[in-house]
This record gives sequence, C-alpha cells and structure tokens, in this order.
Amino acid sequence: MLAIIVKRIGNAALVMLVVAFIAFMIFQFLGDPVQLMLNSQATQGDRDALRIRLGLDQPVIMQFFTFVVRALHGDFGVSFRNQREVMSLIAERFPATFELVMVSTVLALLIGIPLGVFAAINPKNLAARMARMVSMIGISVPAFVIGIVLILIFSVQLGWLPAFGRGEVVQFGTWSTGLLTPSGRLALIMPSISLALFQISFVMRLVTAEMLEVLRTDYIKFARARGLPDRSVHFRHALKNCMMPVVTMTGMMIGDLIAFALVTETVFQWPGMGLLFVQAVMFIDIPVMAAYLMIVSVIFITLNTIVDFVYLAVDPRLRQAGSGGGGHVR
Amino acid sequence: MRAAPLPNDRPDTGPVLDIRDLVVEFPTRRGVLTAIRGVSVTVERGEILGIVGESGAGKSLTGAAVIGLLEPPGRIAGGEIRIRGRRIDNLPKRDMMALRGSTIGAIFQDPLTSLNPLLTVGDQLIETIRCHLPLSRAEAAMRAIDLLNEVGIPSAELRLQQYPHQFSGGMRQRVVIALALAGEPDLVVADEPTTALDVSIQAQITALLKRICRDRGTAVMLVTHDMGVIAETADRVAVMYAGRIVEIGPVDDIIRRPQHPYTRGLIGSIPSLVTSHERLVQIDGAMPRLNSMPAGCAFHPRCVLADTRCRSTLPPLLTNGSGLAACWNLAAGNAVEAA
Repeated sequence: MLAIIVKRIGNAALVMLVVAFIAFMIFQFLGDPVQLMLNSQATQGDRDALRIRLGLDQPVIMQFFTFVVRALHGDFGVSFRNQREVMSLIAERFPATFELVMVSTVLALLIGIPLGVFAAINPKNLAARMARMVSMIGISVPAFVIGIVLILIFSVQLGWLPAFGRGEVVQFGTWSTGLLTPSGRLALIMPSISLALFQISFVMRLVTAEMLEVLRTDYIKFARARGLPDRSVHFRHALKNCMMPVVTMTGMMIGDLIAFALVTETVFQWPGMGLLFVQAVMFIDIPVMAAYLMIVSVIFITLNTIVDFVYLAVDPRLRQAGSGGGGHVR
Repeated sequence: MRAAPLPNDRPDTGPVLDIRDLVVEFPTRRGVLTAIRGVSVTVERGEILGIVGESGAGKSLTGAAVIGLLEPPGRIAGGEIRIRGRRIDNLPKRDMMALRGSTIGAIFQDPLTSLNPLLTVGDQLIETIRCHLPLSRAEAAMRAIDLLNEVGIPSAELRLQQYPHQFSGGMRQRVVIALALAGEPDLVVADEPTTALDVSIQAQITALLKRICRDRGTAVMLVTHDMGVIAETADRVAVMYAGRIVEIGPVDDIIRRPQHPYTRGLIGSIPSLVTSHERLVQIDGAMPRLNSMPAGCAFHPRCVLADTRCRSTLPPLLTNGSGLAACWNLAAGNAVEAA
C-alpha cells in the first residue's frame, strides 16, 4: 500500500518536471525577452547587463535548473504587461475560480448521481425519461448561452440575482471567499448553475449507463436471489461499483473547469483565472502563460493522484501492489 | 400422464417444490415465443433433482421461474409453482422478495462473478443473514463463521475480513453456497454450480451439495448440462428438450436404461473410459428454434426412430419402468437398444 502511494507521488513529480521543461521552453522560443523588455533606444551595454541580470548568459541547462528551483518557491518572475509578481496575480484570481468550480461540482454530484440512479432503476418512468431529455439539452447547449439566458431572466427581468461580479468577499490571508457573505452567495448562484448544468447532465448520463451495466451483472442477480431489499441492491451493491468512472470523470472535470472556465467567467465578469489567461495570451505575457501552464498542470496532476487514491479506497483489488489480480491470500 | 404426483394436502409431508404445467413465454415484437411448454416436476425434502438438457432446453429458465427472477420480458404464462403447498408464482413482487433467500436459495454458475468485488465476504454474509433473521451484527457474524465452517472454509474468522478476489474459484463457490444457505431455505436452486470450476473442485462442490442436502434436509434443484455431475449428485433426473421434460426418473435407471431416444443420445455422447471410441457419438442436428417448433414431437427431426405419428402428434409422458418418458416408440426404442 505504502509502496503504491510512493510510486504514484514519484510519477506525479516526474510529470511535473516534464511540464516545467515545456513551460521553460516557451521562454526559449517565443522571442528574446531582452528585446521584448527593453526599448529600441537601449545600448548594447544595457542589453548585456539585463542579459546577465536575467541569467540568460548561463548555459541552458543551468537556466532550466534555476527556473525549476524558483518555480518550487512559487517565483515565476514578473509579468511583462503590468510589472507585478506573476504568483501574486494568480493568487488573487485563483480563489474565485476554485470556489466557482467546487460549488458547481458539488452541485453536479449531489444532483447528478441520484438522478442517474433513478433513471437507471426506473427506465420506463415518465420523470426519468424527462430527466434524460433535459440532460440531453444540458449536454448540448453551451454554458455561455445558459449564462446569458439566466442573466436575462433572473437579473434583467426579475432582478433577483446580480448579473456580474463576486459580491462581497471575505479575506483569509491570501485566500478570498464569497461563501460567507449573503451577496457573495447570491452572486455565486447563477455562474455555478450555468457551469454545473453540463456537469449534472454528464454525471447523470454516466451514472445511468454504468448502473444499467452493473445491474446486469451476476453479483446483482445473486444479491436479488438472496432476497436483499432493492434499496440495498441499488445503493450498497450496484452504486458502489459504478463509482470508478464517476470518480475519474469528476477529477478530469474539475481540472478542466479550473483551467478553462473562462467563457462562463467572461459572461458573468467573474474575477477568476480565465480572464487573466485571456489577457496574457493577447499581450504575449510569457511569464504569466508559463506560470499558468505550470499551475494548471499541478492541478491536473494533483487531481489525478487523488483519483488514484480514491480508486485504492474504493476497490480492494487494486490494493494488492504489483500482482495482476488472481492472488488469493495476502 | 403427469410427471408429478398430486401434491399432498399436508405441506410438511408433501414435496417441497411442486411445479405443474409451467409455461414461460417471451413476448417479442414478432410474436410470443414459448420457451417452457408445460413442465411438471416435484422435489422432495432432502432430495436432489437434476435437470439436464442442452443449451436452450429451458432448464435454467425453469430455475429462474422458481426463484421469481425471470429476465424481462419473460413471464410465467401458465401453470403453478408451489413451495410447501403454498402457491408462489402469482405472488406480488414484495412477497416474492421475502421468499427469496429465506425459502428459496439460489446458486449461480460463475462463482467468480457471483460475489460483489467491493464488499468483504463477511459484509455480504452478515447483510444476507440479517436480512432474514432478527440478529445483531455480532450474532450474525457468529452465524457467518458457522456457515463458512459448514461449507468447509478453514480459518473462517479471518476469511470474513477478506474480499472475494482473495479466494480461489472453489472457495468462492463455497462462499456462494454459504450465502445461499444464509436464510435457511427449504429449497436451493443450483444453476450450473460446477460448470465454471475445474474437475477436481467440481467433485468437492458436488460432495458439499450432497452433504448439505442430507444434513439439512434441503431440497435441491440442480440444473446442469453435465450428465456426469447428475450421475454423481442427483437422486432423480429430469431430461429437458425444447421446453418440455422428455424423460424423468431415478438417476441410476435413466443412466443405465435410458428410454427416450434423446436421453440415449445424451448418455451415448459421454466418453467412456472403458471402451475406446474413434469418435464420440453425437446427436445430429440442433434443437429447433423457439419460433419454428416442429409439429408433433419436437425431437423428431433429429430422431432415427421418427415415424408419421411422431411428426403429427405430441407424445405425452408415459410411465415406463421406474420413470416416465415422452416417446411414441419406447417399445421400439427398447428393441433397438437390445439389438
């Protein structure tokens, strides 16, 4: 068990190193930073001084080493565009995105899983069919359309919910949260729903498909033949066996949303990382792009590692390190 | 005319399982397919009844009908199923659920897939026991240990904590049997319980089934395609073909003196250790499809003895020696065998 954990973390570190190398290569290939940073009046002496100050006179391998060491300290340099520490820029924006994504993911799981189970065990029920229809819409309509429709109804027409922004936030050190103020919570409703709608539909369809598969297995048939009540057969025996793909997809979805929630963030003017990234691309702000790449990778790798550990917790067969199954007694 | 004697009025002395004229249908878009066409059979307390036949003969469906777990759209379209004199084929879903496990136990073919891989053997046993008996978790755990001991699993306390993948195939089938017995059923329907196991383990499992049947007085309906397993385990055997019983009787008589041409074919196809064969004897042709049943005896297209009567009229089950057989040419059959 411990061996597996160490191995997984080792794998994660290795992947991070590769990503760091790619992020580092962006600096090498997207033009000369000295050219980008100095104006055309600068002398050759100025250029050389800056080159030495930035460490660009060092061999490439040393530059990479310095980059990794700095990245480990959270130092990604200074944004070309607004001359501020990249890390503090991201730290400012990250909590907003993270909060939005987590709320919509929790919504998706709390609503999607029960709906999926319901649709699988009552395939002919009218409500279940309706839910499946609506989930089709949820999957195919893009989040920004839903966002705009929501704004139209609840902000413009009814005036119940704020159309943009995060509302009031409470600051905990570098972390800001809107969950503790009434206006923050109100502001969170529409963006999280428009993000969650796709996820709810997706989780529901995934759970339904998996449940239908599992309900056909021999162990479910045998559980029924032993006279176990439906509740136990469905939730204790069947649902647990459906959880692996749900865990996998949830992990990927969270990563995906944190990295690319920018459409929803733009619609609701949500001060998250999406906006930061769009600006960085437009101004060829290399340090911000590199840091963004690194941070998104860290998030994905962390989530995948967590997913792997959840697998281990759910499925006892995976806890046997190294043996390809079929081992009898440990 | 009937395979089964009339049931006794007193349930305690009558057969545990009494199936009469069971008909199972599958409504499809192209019409109703009748998979079981009037099966009558009984199983007594402490008796093992073997049901044998090739794939599609309806033997597993008969078992599924008894447990009340026919796969939709399959349905019981006629006849009666009684357990200890009580009719169960028309019970509401909820009442049938209460019977499963406590009155009728079931064992399925593949022990590798019959157990939930994510729950320990103990969890599955304890849940099943508590579903049928009013016991605390600790008491149920004690019972689970007793059950595992009874089915021959050593160090039962330790084994309760383990997951199915930590058991070998034979051990898993023992766990499956323990689970089937957890609710103290009167009848166990065992559908191909040894098919997925290798031969030496098969012998252990059939011995275990026999012992349980003897010690507990449980009635067992053993569904299999394997004549060898039937010969070793069953007291009586019913041979099914195309949804009907074609021959039924004490297992020794049927194996030594099969009456129906189909049974003779089945037994003839078992390789013998004594005499050497160039080729195994086989029954030519295949069982008719459900949507194209021939008129008369369903076996006549494959039968060497078939005559005009076989092609037009269905033979009833006729008393023949110690058993019953459904064939118009029993006398001729005997003559052929004697020759």
